[in-house]
Amino acid sequence: MRLYWHELRGELLLYTRSRELAFFTFLLPMIFFVLLGSTYGHDTIEGVKGSHYLEAGMIGYGAISIAFAGLAIVLVIRRESGILKRLRATPLPAPAYIAALLASFLAAFAVEVAGLILLGRVLFGIPAPDRIGSLVLALLLGAVAFCGLGIGVSALIKSAEGASAVVNAIYLPASFIAGAFFSAAHFPQVLRGIADVLPLTYFLRLIRNVMLHDQAIWTQGTNVAVIAAWGIGGAIVALRYFRWEPSEG
Amino acid sequence: MSAIAVRALRKSYGAVEAVRGIDFEVQRGEVFGLLGPNGAGKTTTVEILEGYRSRDDGEVEVLGVDPARAGGEWREQIGVVLQSSAMYETLTPTEMLRLFAGYYREPRPVDEVIELVGLQEKRDDRVRRLSGGQRRRLDLGLALVGDPELIFLDEPTTGFDPAARRRAWDTIRGLRGLGKTILLTTHYLDEAEQLADRVAVLAHGQIVAAGTPAELTGSVPDTEIRYRENGREIVLATAEPTRVLNELTGRALAANRELEGLVVRRPTLEEVYLSLTDEDAE
Repeated sequence: MRLYWHELRGELLLYTRSRELAFFTFLLPMIFFVLLGSTYGHDTIEGVKGSHYLEAGMIGYGAISIAFAGLAIVLVIRRESGILKRLRATPLPAPAYIAALLASFLAAFAVEVAGLILLGRVLFGIPAPDRIGSLVLALLLGAVAFCGLGIGVSALIKSAEGASAVVNAIYLPASFIAGAFFSAAHFPQVLRGIADVLPLTYFLRLIRNVMLHDQAIWTQGTNVAVIAAWGIGGAIVALRYFRWEPSEG
Repeated sequence: MSAIAVRALRKSYGAVEAVRGIDFEVQRGEVFGLLGPNGAGKTTTVEILEGYRSRDDGEVEVLGVDPARAGGEWREQIGVVLQSSAMYETLTPTEMLRLFAGYYREPRPVDEVIELVGLQEKRDDRVRRLSGGQRRRLDLGLALVGDPELIFLDEPTTGFDPAARRRAWDTIRGLRGLGKTILLTTHYLDEAEQLADRVAVLAHGQIVAAGTPAELTGSVPDTEIRYRENGREIVLATAEPTRVLNELTGRALAANRELEGLVVRRPTLEEVYLSLTDEDAE
């Protein structure tokens, strides 16, 4: 337990030192929130105010950026550079390391959500959400599931050079198709078909239902189940293919 | 009890036999050099001892424990310098050493480690701004911060300029002075000669020679005599250099000739090593 807290402090320091993580996974959702919010914040989307709709979308985009994309890229780089291998030679237990790494990304996501909600309040006058308990549970579920997918994907990527390319090619289109930036209601049939299997689609539905329609999380069985299934799938791939050592050659 | 005991160790990767039945022991407090060309099986051997790789056959004990089944308790006592200098580029050497110190129950004070590896002036610079030699020294510092009994150094000075190598050698000698056991792999002969109490030469997965550096050079009795005659280089190897030289110089004087480019010398460890590992043949 002492080792866990020690490693968590180290991971948080590492997170705050990384400009790439700070910009691409942390600041970008806030920047999009401001830009898109000032474009269509006053429109009405799917029966709610545009800025409210977008805030929930940006929380989903933040979750996939931080927990999935950020974590996957960091893990591949650490594995390929040999840091994970070096850590294996120390007495730091693997579970403590992984738990601290995940906790640091969850903490970053928590700050991200707080930042988005604060921005929404200041810029667009969005009131604080009512169902705090359900919202926290929904966010935790989504973030943990995306962490599982992030570790799973990191195990499948072979080189540090490929990490950003592969991860960006997955999460950026996924965010768009799932409707994080714009309502997916008027997207072409093909895109809506793809959206129907993406975990982010269900996560966005879940948080929009909780934040915008005052639904409690226990009424959201389907959304919760699909998100959890994706997370478990990622974790299974991770357990099967995760490596501490760099790819040979 | 010896720090490392290896008996009949074997390891294959598919059809390639990387390690083909080797035996050696490293005593406590000793600097042991595992010498050999690239691909000889050095890293495979060391990574089995470090617990990274499984072995196919044979027995291995490191600090009395089988590394394949070793846990955190055992890792408290070993320090590992890998070939690659994997670092958190955005931290400073002090921060990185502090992070790693926290993994051990009884770490060596971070300030002391920084001094030991000579990084005082760079202690608060970001790791990404360190030179190759400085990174390697931080590497060593990270292996030392847990205050280990036994230290593995896998090619610690590859890619160093001569001055940086000498500094690294001084540091490693300092560790020996602290009573640490060190297993060093290298493909530099002078490094083994300078640092190791005993050396094992590994070639094609087998130990082809072992002993002190002096014993290894002493095992080849011949002295080499070289000179040029009619533009051709003549090389003679002899166990009786005095007699052969007397004959050669006598003949040359009688013919009023000069023995051009005359050199008489003992073989260096390098030549012993090359003849043992027959790198020329590859």
